[in-house]
Amino acid sequence: MLILENIKLAFSALFSNKMRSLLTMLGIIIGIGSVIAIMTVSSSLTTSISTSFQEMGANNITVGIKQSTEEEEVRSNGMVFGTSGRTVTADEDDMITDDMLEELQDTFSDQIDAIAISESVGSATIDSGSSSSNISLTGINPDYFESSEITLLAGRKIKQEDLDGTKKVIMVSDKVIETFFDGDNESALAQAVNVTLNNVTTKYYIVGVYEYEEDSTFTSDSDEDVETSAYIPITTGKEQLHSDDGYSQFTIVTATSVDSVSTFASQVEAFFAPYYADNEDYEISTSTMESMTESMNEMIQTVSIAIAFIAGISLLVGGIGVMNIMLVSITERTREIGTRKALGAKNSSIRLQFIIESIILCLIGGLLGILTGFLLGAIAASILGYSATAPVGAILLSVGFSMIIGTFFGYYPANKAAKLDPIEALRYE
Amino acid sequence: MNEQSKTIIDLQQIRKSFFLGKPNELEILHGIDLQVTEGEFVSIVGESGSGKSTLMNIIGALDRPTTGSYHLADTDIGNAKDKELSEIRNQKIGFVFQTYNLIARTTALSNVELPMLYSGVSKSKRTARAKELLEMVGMKNRIYHKPDELSGGQKQRTAIARAMANNPAMILADEPTGALDSDTGRHIMDIFHKLHKEQGKTIVLITHSKELAEETERIITLKDGRILNERKGGILC
Repeated sequence: MLILENIKLAFSALFSNKMRSLLTMLGIIIGIGSVIAIMTVSSSLTTSISTSFQEMGANNITVGIKQSTEEEEVRSNGMVFGTSGRTVTADEDDMITDDMLEELQDTFSDQIDAIAISESVGSATIDSGSSSSNISLTGINPDYFESSEITLLAGRKIKQEDLDGTKKVIMVSDKVIETFFDGDNESALAQAVNVTLNNVTTKYYIVGVYEYEEDSTFTSDSDEDVETSAYIPITTGKEQLHSDDGYSQFTIVTATSVDSVSTFASQVEAFFAPYYADNEDYEISTSTMESMTESMNEMIQTVSIAIAFIAGISLLVGGIGVMNIMLVSITERTREIGTRKALGAKNSSIRLQFIIESIILCLIGGLLGILTGFLLGAIAASILGYSATAPVGAILLSVGFSMIIGTFFGYYPANKAAKLDPIEALRYE
Repeated sequence: MNEQSKTIIDLQQIRKSFFLGKPNELEILHGIDLQVTEGEFVSIVGESGSGKSTLMNIIGALDRPTTGSYHLADTDIGNAKDKELSEIRNQKIGFVFQTYNLIARTTALSNVELPMLYSGVSKSKRTARAKELLEMVGMKNRIYHKPDELSGGQKQRTAIARAMANNPAMILADEPTGALDSDTGRHIMDIFHKLHKEQGKTIVLITHSKELAEETERIITLKDGRILNERKGGILC
């Protein structure tokens, strides 16, 4: 009962000094506000990164060979000697073969939509006789386009027949065509171009032109410097490199739901385990977008917690402001305190009254801070191009935290008020 | 005073010293013996420096005597703890101050409810009792006014209603008319007389005005921390 009365009393006391209350709250508003703003931006960022990662291919599993981390240990006299730092170049025996992939496809035909293979052949120059351009030559299989979307502007994509026949066909970007054949995509089709890789020139025929999409994270000074990808059949690429080896990595486009991707990834690892059981140097490892998203989110979270901690310092300053104003308010109301004591208020009642006043002050400040912080965060998020997500956890935490500040910084002044001598207080002018 | 009358205030050999410790010790009250019976209207007069305020603080349970014993309605106050003193002030004493000491920002009604709030009376009972008391002192039309909106006389009437809230054993009035003009002061004194006659309240009036003191049943004069004399008054009683 007394608490309810005290809350009413606190509101009337704070409202009778609106300007002062507001200025005092400002410290709390700024403190809580900045924490919430940072949390809003970071939670929006996390959400949008997760969605964009999922759009990029949350269903994909990247499978690759990786040097075994198990180190051969030489034990002597209880000491452990690791053979760290040893690097073994992957050879033919370590690679993933076509047979393995076929077996994989057969075993999990229900869950696999496509197996995309791409292998970098190297940086090359392409020329049509009149001009030349730099390209990054990539050997692919037809399924590659299942995991990496491209927009075809003219011609066709790489087909299975191209792979089977080890055909000298190439898909280039429209960026390359800009400097060739007067920039006409259609007229470039079926034209022969010379591709020079490691001083060896090979003649290729252009079968397709795809639209080059500028990578927002990569900005080049001049457009001509951009080295765009050119796709050739993986078999042709292997031939160029004089290698019969298998593949070091590939991507599975799964037919499963996003949630079960990681389960499937471990099944894939288990599938490859027998093949690599006797291999001392290499093993198969898988990675999914999920784990990438997770590590990205973790990073964002660490940074935002660090910033929020710094913002929390302004809360401390705000709290000291509250304490200061409570001390002033108690001095001003000394007579009132004396009167209350004369009328029978116990020390604990007086203490409660002022602690509640301080809590209410901080709580209102905290709520205003949450509001301004969320608005600021939402504005910042929209400027960055993300939709704002309210950080519910941080909001609840802030409400609790402002109450704690109110109690902590209100206690000393309230206790001072409670201990006032009623005679002195009544006599106070 | 008849034989059935019961002693309500019992002060025995009250001494009060400040700055305890030999070199600076200052004794204000040098052994006061005073008994007030239930239903009595007493005044304590004395010039400033006579120890009047110190005695009032002790009678009001705001302070404890250094030595001597004080019983208020059979409760030993000399040895009470702070918390017990709060309860005694709340339950047994109704204060009326010279400067009213109403809580600003709250209405006359809330002010009268305040002592009942501290004694844990329920909201509905508090309000009913406060309204009744305000009506009794002629403040029926002003119950929702804040102290700023009240005249001096109205403030003091509110203060008297507040003093009566928990139906205390005595009313301790410290110069209740000191800040009022004579007409308004007269009205306030009339309320005290009414409380005394109609409800049989024990009233202790502290004043420096000889005229007001004459109205009370007994006049106790203090001088230099001792009771100089006691005599009967009661021209209006």
